[in-house]
Amino acid sequence: MSDYRSSIAAWPLRRLTAAWPLVDDFLLNLNLPALDGRKTLAAALGDVSGERLEEFGLRAEDLPEQLALFLEAMTRETAETRAVERLTLLAGRDKSGQPEAVGLDIRAGEVVSIVGPTGSGKSRLLADIECLAQADTPTGRQVLINGAAVGEDERFRLEGKIVAQLSQNMNFVMDLTVAEFLEMHARSRAIPFTAGAWPGRAGGGVLELCFVCANALAGEKFQPDTKVTQLSGGQSRALMIADTAYMSRSPIVLIDEIENAGVNRREAVALLTRQEKIVLISTHDPLLALSADKRVVIRNGGVAQVLETTAAEKESLKALEELDQTLQTARDRLRSGGRLTPDLL
Amino acid sequence: MKMVTVAGPPSSGKTSVILRLAAGMEEKLGVVKFDCLTSFDRQRYAEAGVPVQIGFSGKFCPDHFFVNNVEGGLHWGRRQGLDILVTESAGLCNRCSPHITGVLGVCVIDCLSGVHTPRKIGPMLKLADVVAVTKGDVVSQAEREVFAFNIRQVNGKARIIFINGITGQGAFLLGKKILAAEDTDALTDRRLRFTTPAAACSYCTGEIRIGKNYQMGMMRKMEYGE
Repeated sequence: MSDYRSSIAAWPLRRLTAAWPLVDDFLLNLNLPALDGRKTLAAALGDVSGERLEEFGLRAEDLPEQLALFLEAMTRETAETRAVERLTLLAGRDKSGQPEAVGLDIRAGEVVSIVGPTGSGKSRLLADIECLAQADTPTGRQVLINGAAVGEDERFRLEGKIVAQLSQNMNFVMDLTVAEFLEMHARSRAIPFTAGAWPGRAGGGVLELCFVCANALAGEKFQPDTKVTQLSGGQSRALMIADTAYMSRSPIVLIDEIENAGVNRREAVALLTRQEKIVLISTHDPLLALSADKRVVIRNGGVAQVLETTAAEKESLKALEELDQTLQTARDRLRSGGRLTPDLL
Repeated sequence: MKMVTVAGPPSSGKTSVILRLAAGMEEKLGVVKFDCLTSFDRQRYAEAGVPVQIGFSGKFCPDHFFVNNVEGGLHWGRRQGLDILVTESAGLCNRCSPHITGVLGVCVIDCLSGVHTPRKIGPMLKLADVVAVTKGDVVSQAEREVFAFNIRQVNGKARIIFINGITGQGAFLLGKKILAAEDTDALTDRRLRFTTPAAACSYCTGEIRIGKNYQMGMMRKMEYGE
């Protein structure tokens, strides 16, 4: 890691940006006039007035160090995304302080649904997983990763990176097109892609993959130049899921209630598990609940039962899917201006 | 007593974060709120049983006002027997940095303010030890990741914690960070992490007329294009 410092000191800027494209982004950030790429960072900064730097709370002598810290932080965060093969939740207490019935053990590629009435504690369970509780939250639960407790220091480093969240309340707020949005996310994750190649021509790599996949999940198609803020609820959800599957580094995905409209939920979940993610879905939807490998029943703030999905339930799932399909047919028909007759149902 | 300086743009969720923090801790927490004109937060704090003092900077530069009054705040906190003293101040010109060397500095910013916001906020974010990101529950995972990345560019050292100001999710980790900080028993001779905005001109002393004839003291003129 210390070699960032020596490179920053010795290399011309041009070489630095070629080696680490993130450097470009960093410099852009400082609101500086164009720096001379043939000079080292320190020398190029010599051309900028000290007053101008000071306005932004910068000092020329601090900048090389700040750049080194940034590159180190990015390297560290990429390396820190540890593989999670197994997530274990040791039982804690319910709202009345009674011990929970059971804990939970989930492996990569598995889907677990969480069911229970509103206010029963589903969100609390997701929150415990998100903060990697170590018997220090109100529920007293403890999260183990790959069978081991998570140390205090590691917990801080992993916070916000181990769990990706997806809920019905989430919207896009950036004023960007779908293509620009995907590119921005890839850049921030230092995922390699050829800038400007897609959507003009093929070979968009992960960007194109996300786009195609999101379109396959969405009921209605959208274009790379559609603004993300103009996407329908279903299209937004589809794009968020495809993006989480291919670009998010988080090994665990928490899904809070994705609704029926306009997105193929089962295919969405399958996509995530194909990427070896651990998927937890809090849901009231029988189709989603039964399509999980097991479901956790929450009562009074505690885990009351963990049920494996039985053969009979898988069988029932088929009937539910037919019902769902019927509804879908009716919906499509009415939307396109058609008439509905009983024999179509 | 532990001390924390909490700063962040207006309406970023500072008060909510502090209230969530207080709710999740057994320690006695009190707040000194530095505001400019009005504040409706006295009641919010009072309802939550959090002791609070509110100071209005009025016509004075909020940052200068902060420095002149923060020591009094520390004394108040000690008289109250607080375990944790939180100062809350809005970073109005985005340049303010009420953070003090050796005192835990927290910057609160919200995801809804746009992904480029971290780039627009100056020392208040750059020199913070912890960056608390709010309203992450209403934007996409990708936007949260881009937001965190943009924070990283400005501040390579800080811990970034996503906090939900409504449910309190994440506040717990901030609390842990505060309890692990050094005690602050006095502020005399401590240093701010950054200079406050300079201003010593005719407008500082109440001038309101526009025009060259009225402009005296430290001024800066923009250079306009053709």
